Amino acid sequence: MTEWGPLSLHVPEPPVRPGGTPDFHHLSIPQAGAVRRPPVDVPAHEIHDLAYSIIRVLNRRGEAVGPWDPGLDAEALKAGLRALLKTRAYDARMMMAQRQGKTSFYMPCTGEEAVACGFQTALAKGDMNFPTYRQQGLLIAQDWPLVDMMCQVFSNERDRLLGRQLPVLYSVREAGFFSVSGNLTTQFVQAVGWAMASAISGDTRVAAAWVGEGSTAESDFHAALVFASVYRPPVILNVVNNQWAISSFQGIAGGESATFAARAHGYGIPSMRVDGNDYLAVHAAACWAVARARRNLGPTLIEWVTYRAGAHSTSDDPSRYRPREESDAWPLGDPIERLKNHLIVLGAWSEERHTQLRAEIEDEVLAAAREAEAHGTLHDGPKPSTAAVFEGVYAEMPRHLREQRQEMGV
Amino acid sequence: MLEAIRDALDVMMARDPRVVVFGEDVGYFGGVFRATEGLQRKYGPSRCFDTPISETGIVGVAVGMGAYGLRPVAEIQFADYMYPGYDQIVSEAARLRYRSAGEFTAPIVVRMPCGGGIFGGQTHSQSPEALFTHVCGLKTVIPSNPHDAKGLLIAAIEDEDPVIFLEPKRVYNGPFNGHHDQPVVPWSRHPLGEVPDGHYAIPLGQAALRREGAAVTVLAYGTMVHVAEAAVEETGVDAEILDLRSLVPLDVEAIERSVKKTGRCVILHEATRTSGFGAELSAQVQERCFHHLEAPILRVTGWDTPYPHAQEWDYFPGPERVGRALRAVLEG
Ligand SMILES: Cc1ncc(C[n+]2csc(CCOP(=O)(O)OP(=O)(O)O)c2C)c(N)n1
Repeated sequence: MTEWGPLSLHVPEPPVRPGGTPDFHHLSIPQAGAVRRPPVDVPAHEIHDLAYSIIRVLNRRGEAVGPWDPGLDAEALKAGLRALLKTRAYDARMMMAQRQGKTSFYMPCTGEEAVACGFQTALAKGDMNFPTYRQQGLLIAQDWPLVDMMCQVFSNERDRLLGRQLPVLYSVREAGFFSVSGNLTTQFVQAVGWAMASAISGDTRVAAAWVGEGSTAESDFHAALVFASVYRPPVILNVVNNQWAISSFQGIAGGESATFAARAHGYGIPSMRVDGNDYLAVHAAACWAVARARRNLGPTLIEWVTYRAGAHSTSDDPSRYRPREESDAWPLGDPIERLKNHLIVLGAWSEERHTQLRAEIEDEVLAAAREAEAHGTLHDGPKPSTAAVFEGVYAEMPRHLREQRQEMGV
Repeated sequence: MLEAIRDALDVMMARDPRVVVFGEDVGYFGGVFRATEGLQRKYGPSRCFDTPISETGIVGVAVGMGAYGLRPVAEIQFADYMYPGYDQIVSEAARLRYRSAGEFTAPIVVRMPCGGGIFGGQTHSQSPEALFTHVCGLKTVIPSNPHDAKGLLIAAIEDEDPVIFLEPKRVYNGPFNGHHDQPVVPWSRHPLGEVPDGHYAIPLGQAALRREGAAVTVLAYGTMVHVAEAAVEETGVDAEILDLRSLVPLDVEAIERSVKKTGRCVILHEATRTSGFGAELSAQVQERCFHHLEAPILRVTGWDTPYPHAQEWDYFPGPERVGRALRAVLEG
């Protein structure tokens, strides 16, 4: 025994558990417009404070304020609102489809739609996202056909991934959407490699890496940062901090000791924290980071502060580990409500038009679901080919797989 | 079987203060399959806790704790997510005793749900046992029922060496014979669903005879034991079914005894075929029983492809494929 007494282990605990009153006091939120906007060629060490603040544009009254206002016109804002609504309606429809047995599994991004939707509009054709399973907004914001996405979720005859892959792990090369892996964080470092390839080739394209705050614990995250730091490739390193990794609050990923944006400091990579429920702030920060990448100024790490309002997946029941009311108490609000209010303040929108648009989008999503279902669902109707099991393991099917295919009789 | 696993952890945590349990979502929530439910409440957060999502971290800290003198039981959420921790398992846990001449050891258990049958696609369905059995210094265990799961897990925790404990998730809540269109049967209606109270250990390295027979020996483990039973019943072949339970160490005596008696052998596993554990079993049988064999040894396994999502039942080596092999080996 020393004079200090026995040691004990620190095990982080979230502020509240089910039955308690939601508490977000640990999250300090600056006023909208309060954070400065440095030039894109700023050295990393001059913006360390941005990793401990939160860039915000929309204030409580729905006005866009401060240096990060991206100055989007009403048409662009309406397109953004449409993308957010469509993403939410798509998720709701697919959650229902899972309950109806049309698919085995689904993962919604409810509450964090603005992150992917606001980011995508900062990219150009040819750029490549390396998304996780919660960035369906990247596809929806570029009007990728919902029917195509649904056919993957239903694993039907039109599933572009031939029934092989778990629902929501899309792959759409044409839309700059890299094949999603089920293994966390593996793709984060691959995005760095893709960006290095662009630089090696003298190209102009940039890459965007995506990871949840929980998954920053994986070694691949740190490998990505060190490679990005060494080679300064054109990559945006996105950390979506939605507060929860299944049942583990962000403290279990190390969020108590430092912010996730601050992870970049040790690597000399510029980083910032951004209000992920503020479509304007998301878009502005994304443009800033993309501009840096495009101008060969290197990587940027952005921590998007948001909240996973829904379940982790259709296999999850969040009321078992966090208060049911926590979502409503989330201090950064709902991204759709906030963008809607902003448009109303601008005089470009109204509650009536909003209700009407929502109804239109719900019809559009329903029509897409009907069309996709006509091509089959997991247990009903046309199916992907059984022979597809053996194809694509190699470029050319080796003898042993041909034999196994024959044995299966297809 | 989940309850049996939880019970084993509970029994060992109560008996031995060195036993600590951790992994992703394992603490407050009790694990995504609920195998550790209630343990944090009962034993406190420094004996049962959530970890960051880092499998290399989970196995690495387990090795460090084991070297200190604790008995860590780490959970990898799905066997498919073990790969980031593989270096710590292969290069560290498995070799620590050897390279330090016994100065340091890694008496750890790494639990992981494995196998398919839940429409989990290629990242929630894998059976990576051969990646462990190939590594010297590791023991690899895979129960097929609650009674064995509890006794084997207790033995694994008490073992002085690192043990990989694979849990076929499709039999967590009831036996599964491969007939996916039939209703799920709970363990309460299966004789091996009966789990004795308190402490009991099933020594690692002992196969269990699940069915006595004269015509052919079936070597199986995990979910495939139940598939074998269904296939035997449906074909009427008088097969002897051995549930291996532990792959390393392997009960070669039981295998030899049975194959010498029947003269025929069919090997089953859900994992892919090439370099699967069936290849090792086939070699063992050939080396030990060659003069008694009356037909070539057959393997029924998963195909050599990633586990597909929609075509799950085309992939899973079900009772029909096993039945075909049983008939073929009798004709051979
Ligand atoms: C390597 C690996 N380990 C574990 C898992 C299981 N798993 C899937 S999602 C998840 C939580 C991820 O949380 P986070 O990164 O915060 O992203 P979020 O789900 O909140 O969007 C876990 C542990 C996995 N898919 N891959």
